[in-house]
Amino acid sequence: MKYALYPGCAAKGATPELYQSTMAIIGRLGIEVTELTASSCCGAGVVAEADPEGALALNARTFAQAERLGLDVMTICGTCQGVMSTANRQLKADPALLQRVNRLLETERLVYHGNVQVKHLLWVVVREVGLAKLKDEVQVTLGDLKIAPFYGCYILRPSWDLGFDDPENPNSLEKLIRAVGAEPVDYGGKIKCCGFPIILEKEDIALAMNGANLKEAKEGGADAMVTPCPLCHMSLDIYQERAARKVETNLNLPVLHLPQMLGLAMGVSAKELGVEHHLVPVDSILKVVGERRKESGRS
Amino acid sequence: MRLAFTIRRYHPELDAAPHEETYRLDVTRGMTVLDALIRIKNEEDGRLTFRYSCRSAICGSCAMTINGAEKLACRTSVRKEWERHGGITIEPLRHLPVLKDLAVDMCSFWGKVRAIEPWVQADHLTPTGPLSLPAGSAQFHNVDACIMCGACVAACTVHEVDQGFLGPAALAKAYRFVADPREDSAARTARLAALQGPTGMWDCTRCNFCVEVCPKDVKPMEAIIRLRRAAIQAGMTDTGGARHVVGFRDLIARFGRLNEALMPLKVVGPSLRRLLHVLPLGLRMLLKGKVPNPLHPPIEGVRHVRALLERTRR
Repeated sequence: MKYALYPGCAAKGATPELYQSTMAIIGRLGIEVTELTASSCCGAGVVAEADPEGALALNARTFAQAERLGLDVMTICGTCQGVMSTANRQLKADPALLQRVNRLLETERLVYHGNVQVKHLLWVVVREVGLAKLKDEVQVTLGDLKIAPFYGCYILRPSWDLGFDDPENPNSLEKLIRAVGAEPVDYGGKIKCCGFPIILEKEDIALAMNGANLKEAKEGGADAMVTPCPLCHMSLDIYQERAARKVETNLNLPVLHLPQMLGLAMGVSAKELGVEHHLVPVDSILKVVGERRKESGRS
Repeated sequence: MRLAFTIRRYHPELDAAPHEETYRLDVTRGMTVLDALIRIKNEEDGRLTFRYSCRSAICGSCAMTINGAEKLACRTSVRKEWERHGGITIEPLRHLPVLKDLAVDMCSFWGKVRAIEPWVQADHLTPTGPLSLPAGSAQFHNVDACIMCGACVAACTVHEVDQGFLGPAALAKAYRFVADPREDSAARTARLAALQGPTGMWDCTRCNFCVEVCPKDVKPMEAIIRLRRAAIQAGMTDTGGARHVVGFRDLIARFGRLNEALMPLKVVGPSLRRLLHVLPLGLRMLLKGKVPNPLHPPIEGVRHVRALLERTRR
């Protein structure tokens, strides 16, 4: 199982722990990667607001780089996944558009033929690695922990571009939460928006959205939250204190990136998973993991 | 097959609070949720209140929350819902005042559609002149297929926390007139300018809920994005939202990737007050190793990225 890894901007910038934790677990799950080091930003839906064809060309460029390697693309960011799934569908569906965009790539001698698939790590683990293999790798079951899945928008909607989870009733994160021995928290906010795209310019609105989702998860008994999107992570973690003030509650809910949750169960050290980068401390989770590890050492 | 339908009931004159009631019904082949509601009203409880008219997904009256998502009852298959969710719960549209049971007050919805002045403003066209659209010129991107059912507004995650937000339906409608070639350019500019402030086009988070639930494939969010593009092209770049878009594109052209150390500064713009607001969080991120080096070298091949963005910009 080999992929062209598209890290995206956040994992190379403000959430370095996502990149770190991904690299710490994929080998053991049998996922080999070649990183697309010359890939650009996917545009995050923002570039397209000003320049839709430019945003498509950025993504076609990335797809062409993967196609040249003969590999499908693996993303580790829900937003990248959504933007790239949509771009890929558009490019594949419209030969004239593909031709126009390819002309923009000529100076770099790149061409995209439309033969690449783009898959998020979450999907690769659920569908290709498989839950059985994941369970084989679990060394510390996270039993007694209740973990709230937070999908984020772009990995679910529009569902006809993503084609993986049911957008009304997704369950891929729940499957992984169960596979590591924890219990998923069911709550309405898990498919809602974290507010991140407008958090810099409309902080009040974004914090109200973010705070409501965190609060609902907490009230559902969550000990932690897990998300496949680093932009959601920034909103849920970095802005959590401000969100708590906005919704007038005490949150202190540790938020894990998907590969961090898997890594903790696979016995990878907290240091390797980069949890020290979080603004909301993960200590309460590490304590449970530490206790479980001691127990399994004794037995 | 006999199935259970759980319906949120609320009679404001009799009930202290909304409550759920469950009805069991023999389900027939091809039955829609609206068929089921009509049967329940006729056979079980004549007081059950819901709106409907055409039964054919044209009038937009019967939008409601079915198994947690906004749908037209008349084109939602009972069997498919059951297969998808293992049950059927029916609630009124969210974040709109409930009048009774499944009927909500749509006044705020209509008020917002009226607020965007949903008519062509074209003083230069004489009443006797050609009022029809020039052939093949209009590109409304299916926005005029909207049946005003309100599903998008009920599903909107911004409307959930700020009911003042104009919302997807009204903003999509505004785009339809911005895109109309008959509209006066001064009127078009005024229309765009009126949507720059709070509750306007820059409040949308692009969560895609409206696109997902729209029964007519209007894709309201995409219309909002087109409104934003039109505003930027018209030179309206003095909002946080516009600075975000323009600044983001500039950073990609410069580095190939987003530099999160510089992005907030682009959005903040020339305002000390806004800078002081983002700074404390920036410092905490810095201490946690979350602020990338602002002098980070660009990606390999960045000149090609820059060149292609230059070409598509024109």
